[in-house]
Amino acid sequence: MVYLIDRRPNDRGKSAVNRERFLRRYKTHIQEAVKKMVGDRRLADMEGGGEVRVPKKDMSEPSFTFGRGGDREFVLPGNREYVAGDRIPRPEGGGGGGDGNDGGEGDSQDEFVFSLSREEFMQIFFDDLELPRLARTEFGRTHRHKSIRAGFAKTGVPANLAVIRTMTQALARRIALGGGLARETLGLQEAFATATAVGDAGQAATLYAELDRVERRRDRIPFLDDPDLRYRNRVWRPEPIARAVMFCLMDVSASMDEEKKDLAKRFFALLYLFLTRKYEEVELVFIRHTDDAEECDEDTFFHDQRSGGTVVCSALELADKIRSERYASGWNVYAAQASDGDAFGADPARSARFLRERLLPAARYYTYLELVSPHASERASALWAEYERLAEVGGTFAMKRASARDQIYPVFRELFRKEAQ
Amino acid sequence: MSPISHGADWDFDLIERYDTAIAQVAGEYGLDTYPNQIEIITSEQMLDAYAASGLPVGYPHWSYGKEFIRNEQAYKRGMQGLAYEIVINSNPCIAYLMEENTMTTQALVIAHACYGHNSFFKGNHLFRQWTAADGIIDYLVFARRYVMECEERHGAEAVEEVIDAAHALMLHGVDRYRRPAALTLKAEAARLAEREAHRERQFNDLWRTVPVNAAKTETTAAKPFPREPQENILYFIEKFSPKLEPWERELVRIVRKLAQYFYPQAQTKVMNEGWATFWHYTILNRLHEKGLVDDGFMLEFLKSHTNVVFQPAFDSNMYNGLNPYALGFAMFTDLRRICEQPTAEDRAWFPDIAGSDWRVTLDFAMRNFKDESFIAQYLSPKLIREFHLFAIADHRTESTLKVDSIHDDHGYRRVRKLLAQQHAQEIRVPDVQIVRYDRDGDRSLTLRHVQRRGRPLNDAAAAVVTHLRRLWGFPVRLETWEDDAQLHNVAELAA
Repeated sequence: MVYLIDRRPNDRGKSAVNRERFLRRYKTHIQEAVKKMVGDRRLADMEGGGEVRVPKKDMSEPSFTFGRGGDREFVLPGNREYVAGDRIPRPEGGGGGGDGNDGGEGDSQDEFVFSLSREEFMQIFFDDLELPRLARTEFGRTHRHKSIRAGFAKTGVPANLAVIRTMTQALARRIALGGGLARETLGLQEAFATATAVGDAGQAATLYAELDRVERRRDRIPFLDDPDLRYRNRVWRPEPIARAVMFCLMDVSASMDEEKKDLAKRFFALLYLFLTRKYEEVELVFIRHTDDAEECDEDTFFHDQRSGGTVVCSALELADKIRSERYASGWNVYAAQASDGDAFGADPARSARFLRERLLPAARYYTYLELVSPHASERASALWAEYERLAEVGGTFAMKRASARDQIYPVFRELFRKEAQ
Repeated sequence: MSPISHGADWDFDLIERYDTAIAQVAGEYGLDTYPNQIEIITSEQMLDAYAASGLPVGYPHWSYGKEFIRNEQAYKRGMQGLAYEIVINSNPCIAYLMEENTMTTQALVIAHACYGHNSFFKGNHLFRQWTAADGIIDYLVFARRYVMECEERHGAEAVEEVIDAAHALMLHGVDRYRRPAALTLKAEAARLAEREAHRERQFNDLWRTVPVNAAKTETTAAKPFPREPQENILYFIEKFSPKLEPWERELVRIVRKLAQYFYPQAQTKVMNEGWATFWHYTILNRLHEKGLVDDGFMLEFLKSHTNVVFQPAFDSNMYNGLNPYALGFAMFTDLRRICEQPTAEDRAWFPDIAGSDWRVTLDFAMRNFKDESFIAQYLSPKLIREFHLFAIADHRTESTLKVDSIHDDHGYRRVRKLLAQQHAQEIRVPDVQIVRYDRDGDRSLTLRHVQRRGRPLNDAAAAVVTHLRRLWGFPVRLETWEDDAQLHNVAELAA
């Protein structure tokens, strides 16, 4: 007797839960690896998965087994030249030819390497990060429809049949329809009993026929009838979706060299990935500026070269204009500005004031990333000094500095760290 | 008769026809099996099954995830092929067949797993004694649900901690001897009544006047507990741990049950694989004799079979221990030869079986042995010669290894004995037992590692003690003794 079962259509991710457990356990190792990856990667690969290495000794499962040392004998196959009593020098690194029991342990790899999927990668990437003041999310006018349960209906497809509810209905109907007949039966039975007791055969026969008729009527009440059927009902309910717009402001003046631009791009890429995880809909506005600002598309923003002086305020004004024209209401506004802070004259002060008066009140969060060259002195730029006063007020403004690739991710994490509850 | 099929393609109908043919041949040879349940799975599902030690249902734990990732990586890089099949000791006996297999491989696997392993599971005394084939799947389902419920109620970390700790002691969580069955309530009551009656019969008021030796009562109070050293550490924890919550106890029990389930498998690797390999070889050859499979089938089968029973020499790059398939297959084949065509040497070594009915002899061997005793009993000088087996002695007092014995007249018995010992669970797993539970004092637990021939515990022992400490909740001490003298404390963890 044999049962043949085709299991191929079954779920394949049986080990997914165990895999996830494993990842959680070695989180610190993995986070370390992810941090490294952000620095090493090309921008385009930022979203992909990646390889993680964990030292084997950190994840061993201990048990009582034998260590080295002591006396033992072991049997090996394939003897060619040895005779009893021969001496063989101990192989280096112990075990050597090894006996059967140690066979599996001779793994030379001392690191456990595995790859993360994109989803896992992102999960770890943005773990513990939060968009500030997300609770006050503005909901847009557009809606997404969501199916929710809404009681029971009398019509529906068989798959949605609510069996218990249907049977309850059927029971109620049977009781309602059959109650009178049941009482009638009882009365007739009693009368019949009296009639037979007194020996009135004619009366008994009539009663019997009547009883028979009533019982047949009772039997005719269907066990389950069409009106009993109840179906689980679902309705579509519109749900507002959270939308965000992200303004990317980058200084592309001559003082921003390739290195700094690369840092800025990395920062924007992270911010974008992060926003897409938090909002259903994210729109991007790229603004680059030298002495005047212009809106451009993503490709131009990241790849096109341009140079000139620096007027930060122009970019802020443009951003505010676009915001009030296109994203006046129903949008959560985020803005990130990257610059080397090389602004002159009245520009820094004007920018700061503009920011305080116009942009900040409308934005959820405004981050300023100042890119400094690694060898630069610690002296703060003019823009930094002005902005610092904004930051002191606190609220929706945050600023950080970065000078190397590997700082971008930590800086990003700091800007968006989940506030301790 | 004409062959059942030609070519590599298989379908469900063909599998059934092959199974019928194989079942018939197996019946001719008198193989007694559980009913079979053959499941076709993909390679991904095979990887899943690998991770759970082949069990169809398992509780979630990171170590299975690690195993899964390890196998997946190895497989993807082409460092490791997948087994053709996995078979589960249950009733009905579940065998997984991979969809990538050719028809020949499927037939090979059916003969190997569904009739070879299956009959071994049903017949071998260790499996009969220690595993309940009827209940294992249900138990696994229960275990999975229980663990997940605990996670929901007490948090995944707390559950993981307990399971980690229990896993560390898995090797020391098996019963090697049957425990007496627990008395039923009725039997217990009857026993008490009988004891009471006995006391009444023996009653003599004079005893009351006999002076009691005060010192003596004191020593009885301080009697050490447990009376005898306990080798099943997990069982002892489950029963006596002063601190474990009921659900933690149940988790320990689940791990212990699993350890017990795998206990026979670890001890019968050579026999189990040898038996299954012997039978797929015998059955498929018989099918060929009957004309049910064609020559192409046989060539492909023989190629797979040869790969399976290949034994590289110890100095080869491919060497990875003694191949249990090779050794087991060779031993069962040799046993049949001894029965059918005994030489003078066989008659001298195996007077009781030389020339006997091979089916009876093999059946007896399959039922009543484990690897250790099977090798000690049946490894013939001819096989020792064929495998060129030799024994190496590695003694700490000597600077070199010494060839202890080889396949010659002086060496046969010695090599056989050493090879048998190498397969003995008692020798592969260090002897660590619970000797004292200070119930009336600080509730500390003392373990004793009895060291033999100077072989120490590995460095991980301290980590295991930490895990044990977690389960016990009070101080735990691990001592090492050799020749009735205490050497040192390996580890001691205070509260």
